Amino acid sequence: MRSILRLFRFLRPYRWQSIGALALMVGMVVADLLIPRLTQRIIDEGIAKGDIRVIWGTALVMLAAALVSAMFAIGNNFLSVRAAQGFAADVRSALVRKVQSFSFANLDELRTGKLITRSTSDIHMTQMIVMMALRILTRAPIWIIGAVVMLVLTSTQLSLMMAAFVPVIVLFIWWFARKARPLFLWVQKKLDRLNTVLQENLAGVRVVKAFVREAHEIERFDVANVELMEKNIQVMRLVAILIPTMTLVLNLGVAGAVWFGGTATLAGDLTVGKVVASINYLMFALFPLMMLAAMLAPIAAADASASRILEVFDEEPDVKEKPNARKLTNPQGRIGFENVCFSYGNNCAEPVLSDVSFTAEPGETVAILGETGSGKSTLIHLIPRFYDVTDGRITFDRVDVRELKLHRLRSEIGVALQEAVLFGGTIRDNIRYGRPAASDEEVIAAAKAAQATEFIDALPEGYDTVIGQRGVTLSGGQRQRLAIARALLVKPKVLILDDSTSAVDIETEVKLQDALDRLIADSAHTTTRFIVAQRISTVLLADKILVLDKGQIAAMGTHEQLLETSPIYQDIYRSQLGEAPQVPTTDKGDSDE
Amino acid sequence: MSDAQKGEQRGRARPMFGPGSRGHGMGIDKAKNVRGTLRRLLSYFRRYRTTLVFVFVLAAFGTAMALIGPYLMGVAIDRLVAREAASVLLRIVGLMAGTYVISWVAQTGQGVLIATIAQRAMRVLRGELFSHLQRLSLKFHDARASGDLMSRLTNDMDAISRVLSQNVTQLFSGMLTLVGILIVMFILSPYLAMASMVVLPLMVGVVALVGKKTRSAFRSYQKNLGILNGTLEETYSGQRVVMAYGQEERVLDRFDRENETVRRIGAYAMTYALLVMPMMGVMSNTNVAVVAGLGGWLAVKGIVSIGLIATFITYSRRFAEPLRQLGDLYNQVQSALAGAERIFEVLDTQPDLTDTADAVELANVKGDVSFDHVDFAYVEDVPVLKDVSLNARAGQTIALVGPTGAGKTTLVNLLTRFYDLDSGAIRIDGTNIRQVSRDSLRRSLGIVLQQSFLFAESVTENIRYGRLDATDEEVIEAATLANADRFIRRLPKGYDTVLSERGANLSEGQRQLLAIARAVLADPAILVLDEATSSVDTRTEVHIQEALHELMKGRTSFVIAHRLSTIRNADQVVVIDAGAIVEQGTHEELLARQGVYHRLYMSQFRGRAK
Repeated sequence: MRSILRLFRFLRPYRWQSIGALALMVGMVVADLLIPRLTQRIIDEGIAKGDIRVIWGTALVMLAAALVSAMFAIGNNFLSVRAAQGFAADVRSALVRKVQSFSFANLDELRTGKLITRSTSDIHMTQMIVMMALRILTRAPIWIIGAVVMLVLTSTQLSLMMAAFVPVIVLFIWWFARKARPLFLWVQKKLDRLNTVLQENLAGVRVVKAFVREAHEIERFDVANVELMEKNIQVMRLVAILIPTMTLVLNLGVAGAVWFGGTATLAGDLTVGKVVASINYLMFALFPLMMLAAMLAPIAAADASASRILEVFDEEPDVKEKPNARKLTNPQGRIGFENVCFSYGNNCAEPVLSDVSFTAEPGETVAILGETGSGKSTLIHLIPRFYDVTDGRITFDRVDVRELKLHRLRSEIGVALQEAVLFGGTIRDNIRYGRPAASDEEVIAAAKAAQATEFIDALPEGYDTVIGQRGVTLSGGQRQRLAIARALLVKPKVLILDDSTSAVDIETEVKLQDALDRLIADSAHTTTRFIVAQRISTVLLADKILVLDKGQIAAMGTHEQLLETSPIYQDIYRSQLGEAPQVPTTDKGDSDE
Repeated sequence: MSDAQKGEQRGRARPMFGPGSRGHGMGIDKAKNVRGTLRRLLSYFRRYRTTLVFVFVLAAFGTAMALIGPYLMGVAIDRLVAREAASVLLRIVGLMAGTYVISWVAQTGQGVLIATIAQRAMRVLRGELFSHLQRLSLKFHDARASGDLMSRLTNDMDAISRVLSQNVTQLFSGMLTLVGILIVMFILSPYLAMASMVVLPLMVGVVALVGKKTRSAFRSYQKNLGILNGTLEETYSGQRVVMAYGQEERVLDRFDRENETVRRIGAYAMTYALLVMPMMGVMSNTNVAVVAGLGGWLAVKGIVSIGLIATFITYSRRFAEPLRQLGDLYNQVQSALAGAERIFEVLDTQPDLTDTADAVELANVKGDVSFDHVDFAYVEDVPVLKDVSLNARAGQTIALVGPTGAGKTTLVNLLTRFYDLDSGAIRIDGTNIRQVSRDSLRRSLGIVLQQSFLFAESVTENIRYGRLDATDEEVIEAATLANADRFIRRLPKGYDTVLSERGANLSEGQRQLLAIARAVLADPAILVLDEATSSVDTRTEVHIQEALHELMKGRTSFVIAHRLSTIRNADQVVVIDAGAIVEQGTHEELLARQGVYHRLYMSQFRGRAK
């Protein structure tokens, strides 16, 4: 319950609606509770005394009470729905805004899938609970109290009898909650398991078929399927018992009221009308208890949702703009690394990068080479402050990047990330993503340099072809080329290509690099380039080649220099272009990470 | 009004168990062929026919018993008015309690039984759909978005399960209650019954009208929520790009607009949906007023008794609930049927690649592979392979080289019979692969695919996927050969480490090493490596190459790679461009020829070659 209560602060802007809703609800309960009282009046003072005027008069009052109750209910409905919808919209909005402030480190922590469920189904759950809180959840206790008060007023004896039922019901609800909670969790677990198997089989259909494992998979699915079924049956059985049992308790209460009320009437202590009214109040008091019991599961579910949402809110964005951050004036694109150390755990004892120092002058091309896991991507992610350095500093035109306005810094840097993420929409919109105002000519020029025109022109609607979930699916190499075009279009001072041609064949890649050279040579301003690559061919012409090894710069220089001085570089060169590769000698260490 | 409230919470609580939003704008949708779908869905209950009949008998019995209670209560009150002896009262109260207990037994029993058989039937349906998906060819899987299939197996199944295990009997007892109450009321007092009926058409009208409004409002709400959730999904998936390009403001702009729409339409739809409750409340209370007023008047005239009035009040309170439920259930049943229809649609897709009746088992494969004038197109009129012929003798290594989209992977798809070729033939040891069973064909092939796919199981289980009866020692042996042993041992639990979904806790390179180990374990006669080492850095690749070299000894191997270093040692290099073989020979021969291969090779030396 704690999590959901913490989220309730989002109701603050809607406090008047909420208070109004609650007030109307109290009014509604009062009007409803009047009705049995009026029935009693009709029986005891109308029928018993044969007074028809009392009967009609009271009936009219009853009608009026019914109408008033309905008006209150509609008002409550109107206000509570608005409060709940506003609540959900605000939580969602706060969540999205929070995510926008995240760095890559935060995103590593909270994966995309997690964020999506938190902003969709989890918010939906909490919204439903808020709505219920303003309608049923708080009504139930008020109702019970009201009914009990009325019951005591009508007949003290019968209310004492009812007191005997309370422990029975409380005990039953407690038993149910104890049994249901773990079961619901189990079902969720089994369902997750089933979905995992399913998802694997859809995504890995080629592997399943290649190894002829259909029968094996069907068996695996069936195990998960049967487990789910068994837990489901247990839960459903429990649920099937809940409502009839509560109804039974209620009905036995009514029977009890008839018996005790009846004997009291025969003894002359009660009127018949009071017995009928008591029965009605009894129903009024016991039904809310049933409602509460049935809501235990949704409340628990909503609380779990709320705690997942809070997990996002509690995540501290770890890259922040300084309050007095500077703007870049007349940027040149000079990038400097000074004794940079970086660790995902913010602990330079186990660094991903350590003691990295180098300078990229404006217009230079810096290539970064190294084994998987040697820290290449990490290095270039530090420049636009996707992560912040743990120690040392990175400068842009000799200014520490942490002193700069984040937005300005990033707008000077064009990045094509390793994983080419495109958005739903047209190809044109995707290329224009970083600069929506770009003209069609600029879009085409960028696409041309990225060697994307050939396949774009072959598409049925060219640049207007819709891609993504509802459109055409592109291959990995095609997506990478669009991502590069997108980066080129912003005309950045610093261009970063993070292994962004891995799925493009060598010939095309070479054309792309040449086009890039020309584009940059032709443009009015200089562009500093960082290229992370696997292939030697990609880096041959770079002004500086950094060879990273286990997070450190193992060698730095031009192709010719490195070929002479760096054994690692020679190794790489030979493995790709030379004769039969020599068996690498000593380092048996981390080559497979 | 209490009955009605019970229904409200039940109705409102329901969506909490299911997915709140179904991703992309799926609202309340309807089945096209309601009757056929229903009949087919019910056929899954055929095995439980006897139980089902029993369930309905129990439901009917339970409902009837529950309806006797209020009548007995009225009788008891009349006895009170008549001041009869306490023993009479005790007998009636005893009867009341008795009927309620019997009703409880019947309803609980009914609920437990239906829950059991519904879940059993769901298991069968789920299993059937899954097995069917396994039978469908890659053509089907490639054409379908897996998200869509996933949704069928989860959301649609969920909707059906809920309706079958809860709503069917609810519907049945609801209708029985309605009819039962009507009959009893008319028998007890036609006058009061008629008076109650005055309110009834109003109730039905309100439920129908509001229900209709609600449905259309909800459809629009679901649609907009779907759009919003779609935007969120896309934004989060591309969050890094958003950040890199500083487009946060634009994202928020669009989000705010959509969020506002959802809030507005949501408030509207919910207000309508929840309007039924107070409406039913006022109707129910009005009914009580009418019964009390008119009943009182009739009682004074001596036409009805006080007990009867009490009975009527109780009945009229119970009347509202099933009525409201029916409107609510209508939507659920409809969307469950629509879900069932989508599931049956998949079940009705015929597997398009089946073995011929006289298919033989491929055994003791030597490894001669020949492609003989092979033509193939995924989509008619867009040929992907044109007249491809090549011969691989047993034990040879064939390197397939060419630009992206040239058709290299398609060759693999055909060899494995993921797809069947259009004309020409592929032969293994002289036997046309169309004449052999696909299972035996694939068993003799070992394939390492472009994207290594791992399961959320332990490392051992993942490697063992290559050969299910392999011992732990054999698994370790295979891992060692694939150069994977070292990193596996450094994992938290070594070989018993359970991978996260799709092996996300491993690097791409490590995943590929495991996929290679898997192929090693399978010990196939013919090996296919589709870019198996593309994501491994070149120095690690050297290690793998050694392993692969061992593995390829004595086996026919097809190797696809962009990196020319990978393929220098091949017996034959086949250069494919635009679906046709343009060059064929050894590395040295092709270099000497100064053709396409030479150009590809030289492009690696950019700058120097110029």
